[in-house]
Amino acid sequence: MAILRRSRGLRNLGTGILSVVLVLALGAGASAKTTITVGVFPDLDSVIKAVIPEFNKAYPDIEIKLQALGYADHHNALLTALATGSGAPDVVAVEIGYLGRFAVQGGLTDLSKPPFSGGQYRDLFVPYAWGQATTADGRIVAMPADIGPGTMFYRRDVVQAAGLDINTVNTWDELVAFGRKVTRDTNGDGKPDVFLIAAASTIADAMYRGNIPEGEGVYFDARGRTVVESPRFVKAFTVAQQVRRAGLDARIGSWSNEWYEAFKRGTVAVELSGAWLAGHLQNWMAPDTAGKWGARDLPENMYVSWGGSFYAIPEQSKNKADAWKLVQFLTTRRDIQLLAFRTTNAFPALRAALDDPTFDEPVPFLGGQKARRMWAEAASKVHASVIHPGDPVAQEIVTSALTQVLEEGKDVKQALAEAKQLIERRVRR
Amino acid sequence: MKAVQGPGHKLDGPTSHGAGPAGHPAPALSTRAAADTALRTRRWGVNRSRWQRRAAPYIFVSPFFILFAIFGLYPIAFSLYLSFHNWNAVGGLGTMEWVGIENYAFLLTDPWFWKSLWNTVVLLVVSGLPQHVIAIPLAFILNSGLVRLRNLFSSSYFMPYITSTVAVSMIFATIYGTQYGALNAALSWLQQHAGLGWLFDLVGLEMPVNWLGRAPYIKPAIAMLVVWRWFGWNTVLYLAGLQTIPRELYEAAMVDGAGVYQQFRWITLPLLKPIVFFAMTLTIIGNMQLFDEPYILTNGTGGTSEAGLTVALYLYRTGFEWLYMGSAAAMSWALFLVIVGLSFANFRLIGRAGLERRGG
Repeated sequence: MAILRRSRGLRNLGTGILSVVLVLALGAGASAKTTITVGVFPDLDSVIKAVIPEFNKAYPDIEIKLQALGYADHHNALLTALATGSGAPDVVAVEIGYLGRFAVQGGLTDLSKPPFSGGQYRDLFVPYAWGQATTADGRIVAMPADIGPGTMFYRRDVVQAAGLDINTVNTWDELVAFGRKVTRDTNGDGKPDVFLIAAASTIADAMYRGNIPEGEGVYFDARGRTVVESPRFVKAFTVAQQVRRAGLDARIGSWSNEWYEAFKRGTVAVELSGAWLAGHLQNWMAPDTAGKWGARDLPENMYVSWGGSFYAIPEQSKNKADAWKLVQFLTTRRDIQLLAFRTTNAFPALRAALDDPTFDEPVPFLGGQKARRMWAEAASKVHASVIHPGDPVAQEIVTSALTQVLEEGKDVKQALAEAKQLIERRVRR
Repeated sequence: MKAVQGPGHKLDGPTSHGAGPAGHPAPALSTRAAADTALRTRRWGVNRSRWQRRAAPYIFVSPFFILFAIFGLYPIAFSLYLSFHNWNAVGGLGTMEWVGIENYAFLLTDPWFWKSLWNTVVLLVVSGLPQHVIAIPLAFILNSGLVRLRNLFSSSYFMPYITSTVAVSMIFATIYGTQYGALNAALSWLQQHAGLGWLFDLVGLEMPVNWLGRAPYIKPAIAMLVVWRWFGWNTVLYLAGLQTIPRELYEAAMVDGAGVYQQFRWITLPLLKPIVFFAMTLTIIGNMQLFDEPYILTNGTGGTSEAGLTVALYLYRTGFEWLYMGSAAAMSWALFLVIVGLSFANFRLIGRAGLERRGG
């Protein structure tokens, strides 16, 4: 009896072991499902959230873990992770302003090489966005997700109240002339309270970013030489100086409370920016002004890139194959790009997505204008430009030179010559 | 080490003599020390006792030193090492490249570095001195007993200090607004309705003032914020200092017929010197590292013509925005040396005299 009982016990033990092994085997099967982390900033987090169900239909084995941080925090965290060699997500969003910084060798995976061979997708994208993601030495550091074609917003009511017609403005000089008429004193206190634009510097910003010669960057040419003394910058600075001297700008910095207030009150007639500003105005800056706005191409058929986001894979990622699947999914699929557009109004970088009927719909916030088609066409006309690791510091120095011209009355040529020297000192290193 | 060991030996007394270096238990003696030892032996075990008594203090203080080594010493050493390298952080640690003193040489010839150092020193003076000029008399008045609700006042003066710098700076940025800012609204009311227009013409102030946009106004705008934020802190420091001055001195002075001003001039000020030295040192160290206020008020750029670019702000931008990490590290060491120099000058000017008077 005792023996029998004991053997039964053994048998039970055997069954137990078997079932444990089975459970372990099943567990191992389940863990074949890999998890990739995705680091983004708002509003791209809502894009990823909207895309996850679609992605899991196509790739049920890949689980996405979302890490969303504020715009600056996200990029700072990414910088820290790249510097220390650990902690970066498998897929990261990079905003155009940061792309040059992160394009240094060793940070982000070169997607031009196999197994990625990202070059195959080149023709699918708006050319300039593709150019921004490619370094001078031919590496593809990221895939374009959305773009920001530059445009001119204007207040229909303000222009009308001044008895003017925005369609007379086709050159920058005509914009200045238009500004002289639209800037006026409406409450009779002897000082203008309606201005042409919030800040004269915005005009210069648009102008020197516009019509960049093929193969040249904003601040550097393909060989890395500074181009800030070129006529492009001189003209931009001069027009901005004219606007300031004539008192046509409200001297309000972007992204300040005064800026939002000016949009709410309609104290500036026009604003130059990326097409994305319409979304911000509509959602939070000045929702009550719906229908009062209009959009136009920039004067002199100038087409500029004004913002944009990209997806990249950090070199330290251990799931590059799966990360690449997600990046391809997010950037090269028409339906997903349209989903992203519907979610956040982020303008697609994928050319095929721009054929969608959505882009021919009128935009109620812009008084029913079919502005999206106009922006899509503008985007296709922006020249490709090269990014340079020195772009952020060059941008800083040029902006500083511009404020000196505007605020302290410095000579344009002299300011640009000094800027060139400062940039060369910095970037040589 | 010696100082700690000395008393330890004394405490152990006969026990340690008997125990010898090997730590054998001492033979029981009929002294009180021996009884103590016996008690300890029972409690702790003989061999562990002596070792534990020596090591325990070190173990108890070790968390500080361990944390300091990780979060203090290591970064300091690393930044010194980094300052001799060229490093773009994006490429990872492997991309550090030895460049010798090039970063320091670059700094010495960098116009923006000198500009930022100049800005920082100007801000130190124009925002540092008023803090004390306001705080000392204010503390004296609060301490004089003439003021009711003293605690209410001192805590409300202290309020700005405990408020978040970032939040405060954002509020000030709104106050400084050109078109709709409260400060300009108040100024233009004074100009138009209070009959002070002549004063504006005299100073040549053109309304509306672009406080944060035009170079000449940026430093005053930052300084006003810094003074507002810190004078209460200094007031509390001086209040504490005033409490240490014996009442009898004032009473004796009053008997001799000294008025309030004379008491302040001849008793309060001289006896307050050590506190002045202390508060000034804190101001120098704090204001030389001014960052949050200019960062928020100038949108992180340093403002027009870099008028609000402090060394700390420039160093942040160099390192974390332009990714010249080595350059930024060298800058932080340069800033450190300047702060040491200024603190030393402060010691020579105020500190030594004040401390000697106090001591003698």
